Amino acid sequence: MTAVLEARNIVRDYHVGGGLFSKPRAVHAVQGVSFSVEKGKTLAIVGESGCGKSTLARIITLIDAATSGELFIEGQKVDIAKDSLTPEMRQKVQIIFQNPYGSLNPRQKIGDVLGEPLLINTSMPASERRDRAMAMLKKVGLSEEHFARYPHMFSGGQRQRIAIARALMLNPSLLVLDEPVSALDLSVQAQVLNLLADLQDEFQLTYVFISHDLSVVRYIADDVMVMYYGEAVEYGPRDAVFADPKHDYTKTLFAATPRADVASIKARLAKKAAA
Amino acid sequence: MSLLEIENLVVEFATAAGQFRAVDGVSLSVEPREVLAIVGESGSGKSVSMLAVMGLLPWTARVTADRMEFDGSDLLKLTPTERRKMVGKDMAMIFQEPMASLNPCFTVGFQIEEVLAVHMGMTRAERRARAIELLDLVGIPEPAERLGSFPHQMSGGQCQRVMIAIAIACNPKLLIADEPTTALDVTIQKQILDLLVSLQEQYGMGLIMITHNMGVVAETADRVIVQYKGRKMEEADVLTLFENPKSNYTRALLSALPDNATGDRLPTISDYLSDDATAAGVAP
Repeated sequence: MTAVLEARNIVRDYHVGGGLFSKPRAVHAVQGVSFSVEKGKTLAIVGESGCGKSTLARIITLIDAATSGELFIEGQKVDIAKDSLTPEMRQKVQIIFQNPYGSLNPRQKIGDVLGEPLLINTSMPASERRDRAMAMLKKVGLSEEHFARYPHMFSGGQRQRIAIARALMLNPSLLVLDEPVSALDLSVQAQVLNLLADLQDEFQLTYVFISHDLSVVRYIADDVMVMYYGEAVEYGPRDAVFADPKHDYTKTLFAATPRADVASIKARLAKKAAA
Repeated sequence: MSLLEIENLVVEFATAAGQFRAVDGVSLSVEPREVLAIVGESGSGKSVSMLAVMGLLPWTARVTADRMEFDGSDLLKLTPTERRKMVGKDMAMIFQEPMASLNPCFTVGFQIEEVLAVHMGMTRAERRARAIELLDLVGIPEPAERLGSFPHQMSGGQCQRVMIAIAIACNPKLLIADEPTTALDVTIQKQILDLLVSLQEQYGMGLIMITHNMGVVAETADRVIVQYKGRKMEEADVLTLFENPKSNYTRALLSALPDNATGDRLPTISDYLSDDATAAGVAP
């Protein structure tokens, strides 16, 4: 097994301020995070807002450069701060964002949304782009008649399917999912998670799945990394992390997650009756 | 006597494509000191039915009901003036987006005191004292200093605490919380839920919790109403609902929880429901 993605000691600082009244200072968004993900596996990154998980996603997706540290994609070292990003590398990593309402251009038809990555990154003729887009549309559970529609004509779940289709157009090996189901209803969430699982099997995709919903993480992840104030406080196989959380923050996080099982409802009602 | 009693509530919106029925014949009641959860997906009419109770719907909405009574007064016959006296005082509502529901131009102290001035007619000194007391109650440290803060200077969780402080400022009999924790982190969500439940017990309020999160229902509710496409699918106390769900829709909803995944795939609603008729149907 080879690691599709490997990160060694990734650090990202942002320098803010330095205006008329404020002294410049550095925000340490990510402070030395290391991990690796093997082909066909899912790494889940969990943490509260502001813990640096989205910053890390931007670094992995090659949108943002790390301040220091090394990033390897399919064994190849990538440093976008020094070298320019090659189209080949761009094709290997794709991202899906949280809000499917914000991530699609309202004035672009779905067919064009799906064809655009090919237009930019390849020299494919229009007819072939169209065929590929059509095939991908079916793969994510939509049909041909959706090709010429605009994003506002779709529901949230369908839009997220379109966003997934767009990310897969270039046959990436690594997909970064930044809270892909947190804006969706429970039943739609189940459908999208099933779709992601099917696609992972079919294309041997590697996922980096960012979420704050522990029940989703428990369902989809192979490995789990818990981040807190820019540091990875817990990293390991899913079952080990869930069975025996080491760090205090992980324990707090698990305790805070609402439980929807009968035993915990009984316990709560008994406690209330006693009070 | 029930605190809130609604029979056969129908809310319709006039749209370009004709009348759209968002709430279709929902009946519910809330007892004093009770926590009622209304669960449903987006578009199930759970927020709209409560906005109808508060009288906050736009003019395009047409609200009809056989009966809609709150604390002995008929909500259908209220004049706008009477309703304004009641809303915010005897019944109050908390919304989903704490950052968006506070006015960014005024300090939180001003916004809390505004309610007190309108409904309670307190003097300036009394209002300030009460505002400090309220901020302390909802767990904001250094309440006297934070009165002068603007919403953008506070975190999402703190803004939601301020919203709760505004809502409970006049000791309401009924508090409606519309997805109060959806925009918040899990750890903050826990704190806000604990705060709401402890305030509800302390002041003996009725609490309606609108949510789509089954975990939130399990952690807070006494009784649960499940809504789907504007209609009530099921009503049961919280333990019965989770132990022995009656309608197909509730069963589908519960099995779509990732916690309950048995195999590799999550069951989805469509595995259970072929059409709307089967949704309301009773499970075999």
